[in-house]
Amino acid sequence: MSNKGSSSELAIDARGLTKHFGSLAAVSNMNLSVEKGHIYGFLGPNGCGKSTSIRMLTGLLTPTAGSIEVLGMSIPKQAEALRLRIGYMTQKFSLYDDLTVKENLEFIAQIYCLTPNESKRKISELLSTYKLIKQAKQYAGTLSGGQKQRLSLACSCLNDPELLFLDEPTSAVDPQNRRDFWEQLFDLSESGTSILVTTHYMDEAERCHGLAIMEQGYIRADGSPNELMRQMGAHVIEVSHPNLRQLKSELILNAEIKSAAQLGSRLRVLVDNKISDPMGWLRQIRPELVESELRQVPPNLEDVFVTVTGQDRDSDRNSPRKPQTSEAN
Amino acid sequence: MSLTNRLLNSLRRIKAITTKEIRQLMRDRITFGMVVMIPLIQLLLFGYAINTDVRNVPVAIVDQSNSALGRWIVEAIKVTQVVSIESHYTTASEAEAAITRGEIRAALILPPNLTEKLANKETLGQWLVDGSDTMIAGAIKQLRHMPLDQITGMKTEAPPTFEVALFYNPEQRSAVNIVPGLIAVILTMTMILFTSAAIVRERERGNLELLITTPIKPIELMLGKIFPYIIVGLIQMTIILGLGNIIFDVPINGDIAQLLMGTLLFIAASLTLGLIISTIAKSQLQAMQMTIFIILPTILLSGFMFPFEAMPKPAQWIAEILPATHFMRIIRAVVLRGGEISDMRFDALWLVGFTVIGIIIASLRFNKRLD
Repeated sequence: MSNKGSSSELAIDARGLTKHFGSLAAVSNMNLSVEKGHIYGFLGPNGCGKSTSIRMLTGLLTPTAGSIEVLGMSIPKQAEALRLRIGYMTQKFSLYDDLTVKENLEFIAQIYCLTPNESKRKISELLSTYKLIKQAKQYAGTLSGGQKQRLSLACSCLNDPELLFLDEPTSAVDPQNRRDFWEQLFDLSESGTSILVTTHYMDEAERCHGLAIMEQGYIRADGSPNELMRQMGAHVIEVSHPNLRQLKSELILNAEIKSAAQLGSRLRVLVDNKISDPMGWLRQIRPELVESELRQVPPNLEDVFVTVTGQDRDSDRNSPRKPQTSEAN
Repeated sequence: MSLTNRLLNSLRRIKAITTKEIRQLMRDRITFGMVVMIPLIQLLLFGYAINTDVRNVPVAIVDQSNSALGRWIVEAIKVTQVVSIESHYTTASEAEAAITRGEIRAALILPPNLTEKLANKETLGQWLVDGSDTMIAGAIKQLRHMPLDQITGMKTEAPPTFEVALFYNPEQRSAVNIVPGLIAVILTMTMILFTSAAIVRERERGNLELLITTPIKPIELMLGKIFPYIIVGLIQMTIILGLGNIIFDVPINGDIAQLLMGTLLFIAASLTLGLIISTIAKSQLQAMQMTIFIILPTILLSGFMFPFEAMPKPAQWIAEILPATHFMRIIRAVVLRGGEISDMRFDALWLVGFTVIGIIIASLRFNKRLD
């Protein structure tokens, strides 16, 4: 897993990546740089182009336009050679239900042409790393969601990949398994593996070194989670008020209010940065808030997501996006 | 990487696919059972059921003469076993109504002046036949010249114009022709069905999405999937010919090596046909439908049931495309006539050509891309 001197320090470098299916633009003009050894996340709702992007980066789909370099190889031209150096975990469990855990691992090892000794050593190592020793002789179809997911990860690690593509790896597992899974990803990252992971969980996205927020085929913002939160361009105010539903529906009619989301007995309101005193401004436009408790809190990733994708703003979907976040660094 | 190394890796991947395929086949108990049960049951079914000698056609008698001669003739007809007399009517119109109702296939009308007609050497009676089934009509037609020597005591028949010597199946048993042909039909069915489902199943279950991200090449996947079914095909051939020999006394006149070679050629051709289907079909149901699309003409046009030569030219051209037609000729030549593959080189070459072109088409069609 040495970083070749000649190639850049980027594991993935895509420029102007575009994919049309007929008249539908699944991915539009995507620029992506993933540093080696980093965990990079694609955050976005279903159908935003995450899977299509991964499929183009692995050479499974031919881009309509744009250039891709993965591990210094030009894709899709060198896709076959790339396959020896990457691992890929599909969104749906794609191993054989009627083979045992061990047989599945052996099968993939043979496909990658590991020697019998290598294969044996690697499989027993992976079985213990991914806590599957007890299940080794169990049919994969009878595993739990978390076990299936660990088996998938184990299989995609058999060839010691330099770069792992994980397509919504945690969509079918419980929170405890998700936490464990991420610990394993950090172990892999620690040992030098670059990882590209798609998710629609905010807490997972927050753990990535780098992050791209996608919507309708566009990267709306990218950078590290901290950068994104810093550059969000909105204040976060939590409002306590007896009639939150009513307040919310009235507040979001203001162009300066980017979002208002109810959290239990509080309303989380995102106010545009143009307003220098957001609490005063809120009380000014809604006099009934003078008595209410208002509190400015630090932004989280969900706030970023909401700001850049314009969720909750159905009435205002076509407003221009903030350029400083979508073209950051 | 050197060429030998690459070839070795290729073989390893083919072996991986084959091993996996055999494991899955062994675990799928119903499919595994079908490998044995399909040829077994169908052999018994077709071996006994398909009979081109027409017997026991239900008929009625309308004997208006009510004479001793009339009863004699009816007895003589019974003896032929071609017909079985179900009922007696007094008028021809009653008999016709029974034919319309489908109770009987034909009726024999013997006129009141029967004895007189015999003396004048006239035609004695008339058969009213439901001619819609040509096989049955043909059988009744044979009764036209039924000799009446025993009744009249005089020789009415002239010596036959030709003498016929029957080779290979002197007793004229249908099973002798059906059983070797059954190998072609059953192998077509199972080989195409298994392989056509093989790749579609992986696509449906999502396995293919993973496989295409691995270094496996389409041709390796195709070959790896074919190998287990070659063994399945040979097992089925052994069951059909072995039991056909024991139960239906079908002779195996040819050399076993020739038999194996011919069968392998056909298995290979059928498997590639299945692979092509599997690269076209999007679901197992579609694969099944396409397989049936091929099986029907195989049964009806390949010469399995009806003589190939009797079909009109366009039907013969279609039949020539089907691998089963060529194998039908090879297997009958080898099993029944003790022939060799070299005697049937056109058919053998055709199967080889079909396989090679088929594999190439299937590999080209199976794209490791998703678009």
